[in-house]
Amino acid sequence: MVRFLKRSYIYLVFAFLYMPIAVLMVYSFNDSRSRGVWGGFTLRWYVELFQDRTIMSSLYSTMFIGVTSAIIATIIGTLAAIGIHNSRGIQKRLIMNITYLPVLNPEIVTAISLMILFVFANVRLGYLTLLLAHITFNIPYVILSVLPKLRQLNKHLYEAALDLGSTPVQALWKVIIPEIMPGIITGLLLAFTLSIDDFVISFFTTGSGVSTLSITIYSMARRGINPKINALSTIMFTFVLLLLIVVNVRQAREEKKGRNGRHGSKKQIRSFDAKFGDA
Amino acid sequence: MKRSSLFPYVIWMTLFIVVPMFLVLYYAFTVPTDTGATWSLENFHRFFEPIYLRVLGRSLRLAVISTVICFVIGYPAAMVMAGNAFSRKNVILLLFVVPMWMNFLLRTYAWLTLLERNGVINVLLTSLRLPRLNILYTESAVVLGMVYNFLPFMVLPIYSVLSKIDKGVIEAAGDLGANSFRVFTKVVFPLSLPGVVSGVTMVFMPALTTFVISRLLGGGQFTLIGNLIEQQFLVVGDWGFGSAISVVMIVLILLSMAIMSFFEGEEKSVALW
Amino acid sequence: MSEIIVDLKSVSKVYDETVALDGINLYIRKNEFVTLLGPSGCGKTTTLRLIGGFEQPTEGKILFEGKDISTLPPYKRRVNTVFQRYALFSHLDVFENIAFGLRIKKLSEKVIQEKVGKMLEQVNLTGFEKRDVNSLSGGQQQRVAIARALVNEPEVLLLDEPLAALDLKLRREMQHELKSMQKQLGITFVFVTHDQEEALSMSDTVVVMKDGRIQQIGTPVDIYNEPTNSFVADFIGESNIVDGIMRKDFLVDFGGSSFDCVDKGFGADEPVDVVIRPEDLVLIPAENAKLTGTVSSVTFLGVHYEMLVEADDGISWLVHSTLMEPVGTRVGLGLEPMDIHIMRKVSAG
Ligand SMILES: Nc1ncnc2c1ncn2[C@@H]1O[C@H](COP(=O)(O)OP(=O)(O)O)[C@@H](O)[C@H]1O
Ligand SMILES: [Mg+2]
Repeated sequence: MVRFLKRSYIYLVFAFLYMPIAVLMVYSFNDSRSRGVWGGFTLRWYVELFQDRTIMSSLYSTMFIGVTSAIIATIIGTLAAIGIHNSRGIQKRLIMNITYLPVLNPEIVTAISLMILFVFANVRLGYLTLLLAHITFNIPYVILSVLPKLRQLNKHLYEAALDLGSTPVQALWKVIIPEIMPGIITGLLLAFTLSIDDFVISFFTTGSGVSTLSITIYSMARRGINPKINALSTIMFTFVLLLLIVVNVRQAREEKKGRNGRHGSKKQIRSFDAKFGDA
Repeated sequence: MKRSSLFPYVIWMTLFIVVPMFLVLYYAFTVPTDTGATWSLENFHRFFEPIYLRVLGRSLRLAVISTVICFVIGYPAAMVMAGNAFSRKNVILLLFVVPMWMNFLLRTYAWLTLLERNGVINVLLTSLRLPRLNILYTESAVVLGMVYNFLPFMVLPIYSVLSKIDKGVIEAAGDLGANSFRVFTKVVFPLSLPGVVSGVTMVFMPALTTFVISRLLGGGQFTLIGNLIEQQFLVVGDWGFGSAISVVMIVLILLSMAIMSFFEGEEKSVALW
Repeated sequence: MSEIIVDLKSVSKVYDETVALDGINLYIRKNEFVTLLGPSGCGKTTTLRLIGGFEQPTEGKILFEGKDISTLPPYKRRVNTVFQRYALFSHLDVFENIAFGLRIKKLSEKVIQEKVGKMLEQVNLTGFEKRDVNSLSGGQQQRVAIARALVNEPEVLLLDEPLAALDLKLRREMQHELKSMQKQLGITFVFVTHDQEEALSMSDTVVVMKDGRIQQIGTPVDIYNEPTNSFVADFIGESNIVDGIMRKDFLVDFGGSSFDCVDKGFGADEPVDVVIRPEDLVLIPAENAKLTGTVSSVTFLGVHYEMLVEADDGISWLVHSTLMEPVGTRVGLGLEPMDIHIMRKVSAG
C-alpha cells in the first residue's frame, strides 16, 4: 500500500515533467492553429518548418558552432586537464578556481562580461564572437569530464611508456590520450549538447544576422505560439533522446569492459549538474 | 612537456574569463565623463532607488517561493527513489534526467501552449465543467515555470546523498508509521543535509538570475533582476548600471552560498574564487 | 667477478622536506640478482627510480657501464622496469602491451611477432594474445608486466615489489620463476622487497636499507650470519637483542655475566648490542648455566617449539628448540661464543 502510494507519487511527478513535452509533440501534428482543438493529423508544420529560411539558417549556425566549439574546447580542455593533473599547490588551486568560475557564475553574468569584452575590443558581434563564447563556457566542462579519468589512471602509466622507450610526446599520444579517451568523448558530447542548448550566452554575444536555434525560438515564442516551434521541439527532443541513448549505451558497454566501475548513473548526474546554469 | 599543455588554456581563460570579469567591475565602479571615465559609486546608488529595490525584492521572493516548492515536491520524490519502491532505479533516474536535456526555451515555451486562454488545460477544464485557469502572464506562471525547469536540480543532489544511506533506514523513515517521523528527523534528514544544501543552491541561483522564464511566462510585466540586466545591456545601453546590478547579484549569490555552506558545515565548501 | 654495470656514487635524493636517500654508495655487477630490502619508506623505490631515470639525484652520480647517466631520460636508458602495480596499458590487449616497446623502436612486424611470441611462451601466456589486460588475474598481469619489460632485452631489469599483491602460494611460484628467468636470460635484476625471506631466498646480493641509508651489503648468508648492527639482525630474522658492555676484545658482559665471544675492535667498556638468534640458545640444567630463567610460554611451530624464558633480571629470551620444557620450569640457557653477535649501537640519525 505504502509502496503503491510512493510509486504513484513518482508517476505524478513524471506526469508533471513529461506532460508539457508530450502536448508539444502531439500538437506538432495538429491541423489547427488553435491549440485547444484537435483539427486532424498533419505534417504541414514540419513542411513549413523546413521551408522557413530563418529556422534553417539558425539550425545550420547551431550545428556549426556546436561542432566547432565542442572540438576546439575538447582539445584545449583535454590538454588543460593533463596540465592541471600534473601541477601542484597554489598554481593548481588557482587554475581550478578559475575553471569553476564560469560553471558557478550565473550565465547572464558570463554573457554580459563576454559581450563587454567583445565590444570593448572592437570585435564585430557575430559568428566569431559566438564561437569564442561557446568555446569559453565549454572548456570547463571538458576539463571536469577528463580530470576524473586522469585521477583513475595508474600514476605510473606515463613512466611505463617512457621506460619502454617513448619520448614524452609519444607517451602522451600513445598512452595517456588513449587511456582517457572515454572521458574525452564524454566531454566532447557534453560540450556539443551544452552548445546547442545554450541561449543566454548566445543571446548576448551574437550580432546582426547571426542567430542560433535557441535565439530564433526565443524571438518566435515572444511573439506568441507558433506550431512550427512544436514541430521543431519534436525533432530536437527526438534528436537529444537519440544522443542520450548513444551516450548511455557507450557507457554501459564500457562498464561491461570494467574500465570505469559502475558509475553510469552518477555520471549522468554529474554531466547534468553541469547543465545547471540553464536559466 | 605535460605542464606546458596548460598554456593554451591559461591564455584562453585569462582573455575570456578573467579580463571580462575585471571589465564588469570597471564598468560598475566608474561613470563616463567627457574625457573618459571616473571612479564612482553612482551606479550602486541608483540601484537603491525604490523601483529597482522592488525588482530585487520580487526576484528574491519568487526565487524563494520556487525553491521552497521544489523542496517540498522534490524531497519526498528523492526519498522514494532512494528507497525500495522501484527495482530499476537507473531507469527511474534516467527518466528524471531526460526532460532536462530538452532545450530550455522549448520546455518553457511548452507551458505557453498549456496555460493559454484557449490552451490545453483550459479546454480540459471547460469540458469537465470546471472554472478556467487564467494564470498565464502572472507571477504564478513564472513560479510554475521555475519549478518545472529546476525541480530536477533539487531532486538529484538529494537523491545522490540519500542513496548512500542504508535503504532500510530510508524505508523506515518513509513508512508512515509511528516511529518513522522520529527516524526521519533524527537520522535521515540530518544525513541528507548536504544534498539539500546543494539542491537549494542549484534551484535558487538560476531562479534568481533567470530572465527568460519571466519574459516568456510573465509576458514581460514581471521584471526580475535578470530582465533588468538584460535591458541595461540590450535596450538602454547603460553598461555601468547593468554591470553594477551584476556585481550586486554576484554578491548576493556569494552570500547565499556562504550561508549555505555554513549549514552544510565542514562538509565541502565550494571554492568559488 | 664480472664487471660493474650500475654504480651509484654518494647519491642523495631530497624531496621538499624529506631526505629519501642519504649518500648511497652501491655498485651492481652484471648478471647479479640484487635485492633492496628494508622497511617501508627507507628509500628502496627512490633508489630504483633513480636507476630507471624517473628521478634525478640531488647529489652524487649514477654510472652505467662507467658513463654518467644521472640526467639521462628514461627512454634513453638500457634499463626496464616492472612497476609496483604493473601499470599495464588498459587500452591495449596483451600482445600489444608486450609489443609496445618494440613498436616504439619501429621494428618490423615479423620481428615483433616473433619476439612477442617467444616472450609469451616464456611467461606461460601463449594463447592470451588478444585478451583484455583487465580480464587477467593478478598473477597473469604480473607476467605481462615482466614480459613487456623483458622483451626489450634490457641490460638491467628493475622490479619494485612485484610480488607484493599476490597471495602466498602464487608468490612462491613467481619467486622461483623470476629467479630461473634471471639465470637463464643473464640479465641483471634489481629487486625491491620489504620481505626478508623473499630477499634471502632469491638474491645473490642483499642490500639492507633504513632511513635512506645502506645498513649492510652482502650475500644472504653474510647478512643472516653476520649482521652489522641490531637493525639488520632484527629485520632479517627474529632475534634476541640485549644491551651489553664490551669489556675487552673477546669478552662481553650481558645478562648479569661475562661471556667469551669472537668479536674484537671495540672500545673498552663500550656499550653494545648483543644479538643472539633463538635457535642458538640451548636448554640446559639451571645449576650449571650463566643464564637462567623460568619458562613462561611454549608454542609448537611444527618443526620446533618456541619458548619464552623470563630471566630474573627482566630480560625475556626467545628460544627455538626441538625439545621443550613445560611452563613454570626453571631452566638454564647455554650458548657458544660463535653465536654471540656483537654490534655497535645504531647511532641516531
Ligand atoms: N615524490 C615524493 N615526494 C616527497 N617525498 C617522497 C616522494 N617519494 C618518496 N618520498 C619520501 O621518500 C622516502 C623514501 O620513499 P620510498 O623510496 O618510496 O621508500 P620505500 O620504497 O622504501 O618504501 C619516504 O619518506 C617517502 O615519503
Ligand atoms: Mg616503495
